[in-house]
Amino acid sequence: MSSKILKSLWHQRGLLQQSVRQWRCHVAGRQLSNPATQLHVGHPSLVSPPCDLLSEDEQMMKDVVARLSLEKIQPLVRKMDAESQMDQSVIDALFENGLMGIEIEAEYGGTNSSFFVANLVIEELAKVDPSVSVMVDVHNTLLVTLMRRLGTPEQKQKYLPRMAKDMLTSFCLSEADSGTDAFAMKTSAVKKGDYYILNGTKLWITNAEQAGAFFVFANAQPTAGYKGITCFLVDRDTEGLSVGKKEDKLGIRASSTCALHLDNVMVPASNILGKFGLGYKYCIEVLNEGRIGIGAQMLGLAEGCFNATVPYTRERKQFGKRICDFQGMQHQIAHVATQIEAARLLVYNAARRREAGLSVIKEGSMAKLYASEVAALTTSKCIEWMGGVGFTKDYPVEKFYRDCKIGAIYEGTSNIQLNTIFKCLEHEAQHS
Amino acid sequence: MSGLRILVGCKRVIDYAVKVRVRPDKLGVVTEGVKHSMNPFDEIAVEEAVRLKEKKLASEIIVASCGPQQNQETLRTALAMGADKAIHVLVEDKDYSNLQPIHVSKLLAKIAAEEKVDIVLLGKQAIDDDCNQTGQMLAAILDWPQGTFASKVVKKDGSLDVTREVDGGLETINIKLPAVITTDLRLNEPRYATLPNIMKAKKKPLTTKKPSDYGVEIKSSHQVLSVEDPPTREAGQKVESVDLLVAKLKEAGFMKS
Repeated sequence: MSSKILKSLWHQRGLLQQSVRQWRCHVAGRQLSNPATQLHVGHPSLVSPPCDLLSEDEQMMKDVVARLSLEKIQPLVRKMDAESQMDQSVIDALFENGLMGIEIEAEYGGTNSSFFVANLVIEELAKVDPSVSVMVDVHNTLLVTLMRRLGTPEQKQKYLPRMAKDMLTSFCLSEADSGTDAFAMKTSAVKKGDYYILNGTKLWITNAEQAGAFFVFANAQPTAGYKGITCFLVDRDTEGLSVGKKEDKLGIRASSTCALHLDNVMVPASNILGKFGLGYKYCIEVLNEGRIGIGAQMLGLAEGCFNATVPYTRERKQFGKRICDFQGMQHQIAHVATQIEAARLLVYNAARRREAGLSVIKEGSMAKLYASEVAALTTSKCIEWMGGVGFTKDYPVEKFYRDCKIGAIYEGTSNIQLNTIFKCLEHEAQHS
Repeated sequence: MSGLRILVGCKRVIDYAVKVRVRPDKLGVVTEGVKHSMNPFDEIAVEEAVRLKEKKLASEIIVASCGPQQNQETLRTALAMGADKAIHVLVEDKDYSNLQPIHVSKLLAKIAAEEKVDIVLLGKQAIDDDCNQTGQMLAAILDWPQGTFASKVVKKDGSLDVTREVDGGLETINIKLPAVITTDLRLNEPRYATLPNIMKAKKKPLTTKKPSDYGVEIKSSHQVLSVEDPPTREAGQKVESVDLLVAKLKEAGFMKS
């Protein structure tokens, strides 16, 4: 890193700390107890804000999303899960309230907020319904990011206002024989005049049932191997494009997951997103940070499940006392609470790092890996703590238990996260 | 007549979903570390003002709140819902416990005059102290007509038709402007502050004033003697049949034998 960048980063950090110190005093009552705000350890200028301390607008957005989730989504969760169908009113509410274009600039009708806020929103939604959460996550952290970073002015003008207002989008990478191994991609793009002809089948496409546009990765120059992979923008009404069978899933059932068939789909060359042959690089880059969002989803899921369970342990009496009065229960609850807190710090810090322009390859992988493990542990424990009723559909806990499993699979399996983390450790060892 | 200028009062109260706990000294409730939000009736007032502006009947919405520093969060919410500017009358913590409807109505009267407003919209009452006094006192201080417990407000030429929720049903009155309106639950369903509007609200003006700027002294005219929890509900009994239920009711003296 050049000294100039370092200097400006340090300057920004100073400004941030200064402003945080100022409003920390303002919000002392809410975020910290009074004595803590007066506590300075070491040199005052070195005091950095905790990563989970929210600014005023971050807190406001979190509160609004919590309320929206409770009033507009919660009543539909059970039905949407049973029918494996997202309710249109939920999608409408998400668009109307600005949850679909969190980082999109105001000039395109977006919220004009930050990656960190996107993660807060994903977390809040997951506390109520992880299906709704993943729909928002994929659209914001993958598709919106790709379009904002790589879109030409014309593409941005065409897509961003609709992505913020009323059009869901899908990220189309996986295929039958190309999951983790993206190099094995079969979908092809053959140039014909000013057009490309796309052929192939994509699988496991989140939001495909509702998406108005698909960001399709296809190999346009197989002789160049992965360096032929290119990203194409394909509108839903394009001839030859069809959305296939919807998967009947274990969890996150309300989120649509479908196959996408491309049968001689003609796409103008102007619909290439970014540069020809850089599709694989874009994928890796956007997934590196996008998986922080999955970490946020798993964190919210764990919190939602924990919050739906622990009050029960305060009410349920056996042997004449509340079940949470047994030390065996207390230790389990405390253990899970601690791990949720650890997951939160990993997720929040990774999101804050991404905003500071720092690398998140290792941190994002760790956050996603760990948060999905914590979600699995939390949901499993919560069912046990509730006993028989936790095993029934009368309580939301069994749904969280089903919903969490996907966290160890999508946007890179847990084994792949471990590979990535170790690669980063190797790199650090060689460069230390 | 150009668009109306509307002043809306926004009180910061303990969130409606929070289980309120009585302080150990029994002179109030625990507020520290408790989630607060805008008084729901005031939210309805902000919504009504924003709707009047959307119908191009209002030109500017000013929101005001009297209380500690944190009241600025409440004002930001009102700005994010669509108000144009905010006035925060900063009342220090030590004075805040003495702040009563009479003080708030005096402060709002000064602001209403200074801002040359045509309508003051207030919640009918705050959900924390349930006073239901500020609107009425404000109308008296300003010597303006008032429409309280409004469930419908229709703008006429130089006046308002206000439908009021009264015991026997609905009463519709016509009041001349300027006027004070207090909102009832069924007036409207307030919108959420959308995320883009929360971002935009950061740039809207928020002025901080002190009660002394308006010549109002916060001095209590009454003293809280005690605050008590409602009695805890005792467990009920299950009965097997209607006959048994009737017998039990008779036994307890709820029915004639």
